[in-house]
Order: sequence, then structure tokens, then C-alpha cells
Amino acid sequence: MRILTGNDLKTGAVIWWTGQDWSLHVEDASDVGDHGEAVLAREDGARRVNGGYIVDAEATPKGPRPAHIKDRIRALGPTVRPDLTLKPADPTAGDWVI
Amino acid sequence: MYKYDQYDQAMVDARVEEFRDQTRRRIAGDMNDDQFKPLRLKNGLYLQLHAYMLRVAIPYGTLNSQQMRKLADIARKYDRGYGHFTTRQNLQYNWIKLEEAPDILAELATVEMHAIQTSGESIRNISADQYAGAAADEICDPRPWAELLRQATTFHPEFSYLPRKFKIAVISAKTDRAALRWHDCALRIVRNEAGEEGFEVYAGGGMGRTPFIAYPIRDFLPAKQIFSYLQAILRVWNLHARRDNIHKQRMKILVHELGEEEFRRQVEEEFQNFLALGTDFPQAEYDRIAAYFTPPPFETGLSEEIDRSDPDFALWVDRQVAPHKAPGYAIANISLKPIGGIGGDITADQMDVVADLAERYSFDDLRATHVQNLVLPHVRKADLYTVWQVLREAGLADANLDLVTDVIACPGLDYCSLANARSIPVAQEIQRRFADMDRQLDIGELKIKISGCINACGHHHAGHIGILGVDRKGTENYQLLLGGSGAEDTSQAKITGPGFDEAGIVDAVERTVERYRDLREPGERFLDTYRRVGLDPFKEAIYG
Repeated sequence: MRILTGNDLKTGAVIWWTGQDWSLHVEDASDVGDHGEAVLAREDGARRVNGGYIVDAEATPKGPRPAHIKDRIRALGPTVRPDLTLKPADPTAGDWVI
Repeated sequence: MYKYDQYDQAMVDARVEEFRDQTRRRIAGDMNDDQFKPLRLKNGLYLQLHAYMLRVAIPYGTLNSQQMRKLADIARKYDRGYGHFTTRQNLQYNWIKLEEAPDILAELATVEMHAIQTSGESIRNISADQYAGAAADEICDPRPWAELLRQATTFHPEFSYLPRKFKIAVISAKTDRAALRWHDCALRIVRNEAGEEGFEVYAGGGMGRTPFIAYPIRDFLPAKQIFSYLQAILRVWNLHARRDNIHKQRMKILVHELGEEEFRRQVEEEFQNFLALGTDFPQAEYDRIAAYFTPPPFETGLSEEIDRSDPDFALWVDRQVAPHKAPGYAIANISLKPIGGIGGDITADQMDVVADLAERYSFDDLRATHVQNLVLPHVRKADLYTVWQVLREAGLADANLDLVTDVIACPGLDYCSLANARSIPVAQEIQRRFADMDRQLDIGELKIKISGCINACGHHHAGHIGILGVDRKGTENYQLLLGGSGAEDTSQAKITGPGFDEAGIVDAVERTVERYRDLREPGERFLDTYRRVGLDPFKEAIYG
């Protein structure tokens, strides 16, 4: 599957395209198929995303898992600071990245 | 230290308001990212993996307690309670919101700080010996020259759109604590036979994709002519640089392609033109700036004795304390490399502790080092034990300066959008592997430097042991390099062979270290043994 990501213009936070809006959580990302470029052009123009790009991902029961480790780190947070990730209470969250 | 005059403050304040307006227009949609990106980069604001990152300039690594407390305040108020000291003596915040960046810059301006020229195609923060003004082995304090050059080059129109970034370092001791010859322009203050002050000038150094050690291009340049000479160097580069090819834009490529002799000839020719223009600093201006760096009022008659009865303190003194030029004083290094920690990271609370120590025990003077540690440059020997106790309470009393656990690591793939592999976890695992203090002391000086990509922010080319993270078909892979140095015996590390995965690279480092222990002769550091026996015995140990 192909999903969209970028950074929120005002906050810089990593965001994922849900099909209607942007979410902080990669689990919410939807498959954009071949429409990624068009969505990014529209959303960039509307200043809802900064530096957006298309990511290859694997569909899993827990949601999309980006193919590249860089995007998995973006999705969760720094592997060396679990307390600063999106799932600070989950000690196994980092396993998903590596 | 230097204090802003009305012009400095007006320029920095105006720059803040200019950026506030630029940010407002970007958020309002009056500018797109292509238009805004070069403007934010000129103010040190990057977009990294998780958020915006702000790189704050610490000129020649010098700051005072008020500035450190402001950095702590910003960390609490706008970031996540910590900052990261970099390999260019700067400080980075990792979790900045664009909409708050102008407010942060405004706060920095209240303590005479900014983020100008910490990014982009400009002359970057000028680095210097972190022991400047304190070192027992220096000729003079190099910082007046660094400050003069900073003032002369900041906002200079010819240097505002350089082909690429340009890095300058200034030292005045034979011992190189600033990775001098890895800079585009490296200046070492020397005295000639007549006792006159001048510069040894090196040009064309740099790390990154294509590393070069700077060539010596002038044995002795009269100090007062330095700005003419620097302008000549920049003019030659500006005229010939390959602006069409991002991989060939740095001056090191030009120096290499023109050749050392031809580059020198052209610089000397331009130099004569600049001399005729009379743009060098008048003596009165040098005197004005140098007055800001007048040595603090050191007490006299102080004891040289240090009570070493506490063995943990004695160990810290042995590793972290360096000789000072003033009797009864010492230079105290503060490690930001706790075992299993994140090198260069410091919490806001720790910043406040260090600021308090600087204010109370070091004439309000504090330094950041390119090795991502801090320095209290002027501590009475009689106060060292108290300082150490406070540092220990704050988790800042590790005694590992220049040892195997004093690892330089760039932020790597945990934070950086350019990185291909994580650096910090590798550094942490090496620290854990070598945590035993007796083992560290037995190994002795061993500088490990790790970069998460070929841009080499972690200085892997200059590591006694260097590690370079690469992307190998979507997975992290690490190349091992040996034999580099960023000290006065500058050398470029060589790749040993095929790379390793994350666990494998730490094993390879350990095999390398153990081979050194087998091969060393009395008194030899790792680097000495490597240079004596060459790469092959280590390759045999690493790859079997």
C-alpha cells in the first residue's frame, strides 16, 4: 500500500493522511493508491502539510507499517527516547520500529 | 566575553522581527516552502524527522550563566526540557514549533544570542579552542580574532550567498582541541622569530562525502592582515566554485582540483588587491574587541594542592581537569557522556546547575566543546571538590574525557532527516560494552566518532575509530574506519572493509580494541599502535 506523510506546517509534527484529514497516528493512514501526488498537491496548496511525500507501507492488522525504518521512526518517535514517543507507556512499542 | 553594542543588538532585534514577519507570511500562505526554506535556514531553523529543529549559535563555544539559564528556560518553555550540544559548539533544540520560533529568537536576543548563520550557504559559527584564555599552553586568547572575523563576516554581502557552507576555526596552542585542519579555513596563532603575532593558515579542509585535511597555505601571516587574507580565500572560491554540482561546491573540492600551489598563488594575488583596499581591522578596533577578553581577576597566592583523598574525586581530577595558565586555577571538563546516555544532551535542570557553577566558581564563564562536552574554564583548585560534588549530584560527573566511552555521535536517524542510520544507539552500546572504568583506563585515549550518514557531523573521518552508518537496501549498516585524528596529528581514517549490522559493529569495535591491547607497546595510545602496525593486523582481528 502507499500512504502519505509530511509535517504539520505550524508545529512540525509528523502527520499521516487518513483519506479525509491528517492524523498524528500512522495507524490512521489510508491507502492512496495512485492518487498520492494529487492529494499532496492539494494539501500543500492549502497549507495543511509541509514537505509531504508518498511512503510505501505494509498493511498489517495493527495498521500500515512504513517500509523504511526512517518513516517508522518518524511515526513513533526517537528510539533512544521512548518517553518522547507517541506511546511512552508501551515498553514494546520500539519493536515495531526495528 | 564580548558584549553586544547598540549596533549588534539592533541588528539581532531587527532580524528577529524580520523572521517573525516571514513566518507569519509563510503560515498565512503568502510564501510557499521553496520560498520560505532558505529564509528559515538563515535563522538556523531546520525541519527534521519529528519537528522543526533550531540550532543556536554559541560563538567560539563561549557563553555565560545568564545565557545558559536562558537556554534552559527555552528548553522548558518551547521544547521538551532538554537541548543537544553539537560538534560545532552550538546547541540544538529538537522539538520546535514554527509558530513559536520567532518568540524563541526574541528570547535569545535578550541575552545576546541568535541562530544566524548556523545553517545555509554562509560562514558558520566560528569555532575555537574551548580552553581559550585559560590554557597553559596557548600563546594568547584566540577569541578576539574569532570575534573580529565573526563581526566582519556576519551579513557581509559577498558571504551571504556562498557556494556552500564555510567553516573557520581559530586556535593559539600547539595542542589542537578544535579539529583545526578539518575546517575550510584553519587559523593557528603563532609568533615569528621577531616575536610578532601572526597566523599559520590552512585551507581546504572538511569532512563530509569527500574528506580532505586542510593544506598549509601560509606559514606566517601578520595578524593584522587576516581579514584581507580571508577575503582573498573566499574570493578565489567564490569565483571558481562549482555552483552547478552540490557535491563539488565546498572549497575543499576547489583546492583539491586547482592544486595546492595554484590555489595558493591565486589567493596571494587576490590578497595583494585586498591589502591595497585597506579593509583590515584597525589596531583600535582590535584593542576594543580584545578588551572584552581581558583575563578575569585571578587571585594570587592560591594553593596548588588538591585533596585527592576521595578516590572517585581523584579519578575525576585525573580525567577531567586540565592545566590552567594561572597558578592555583584549573580547567574543569564536564562530561555529557554518561554511560548509556545520549552524548551532548543536557536537561534544562542540568543547564541551570552548570550555569550556577559557572557563575559561582568560574568567573561566569562556560564553554561548549566540539566533542559535545562542557568546560568550566577558570576554577580555583581549592573549589574543585565542591564543583565535583555538585556535578555528581546532577549526574554530570562522569570521568571519561578522551576515553573509549567519550563517544561523539551525531543525532543520526533518531532525529535527522538526512541520516541513513542511527548513531546514538551504537554509541550507547559501545559505552555499555566498555563501561568498566578499569578497562577504560587500561585502554587509555581512544576517540570513537560516529556519523549516521556521509555528511559526517559525527566526525567519523577523524575518529581513532570511526563509524559511518549507511542505508543498505533499507536496513542500517555500519562501516568501520580506523586511524583518524582531529588533533594536531590530524589524519583521515581508513575503511576496514565490509560493514556490519548494529550488533556486529559493536563486536567489531571490541575486537579492534582487544587487538590493540595485544599489540601495543608501553606508552602507546590506540592511534600510535595503529600507525606503527598499520591496518592489516586489525583487519585480521575484525574479519578473522
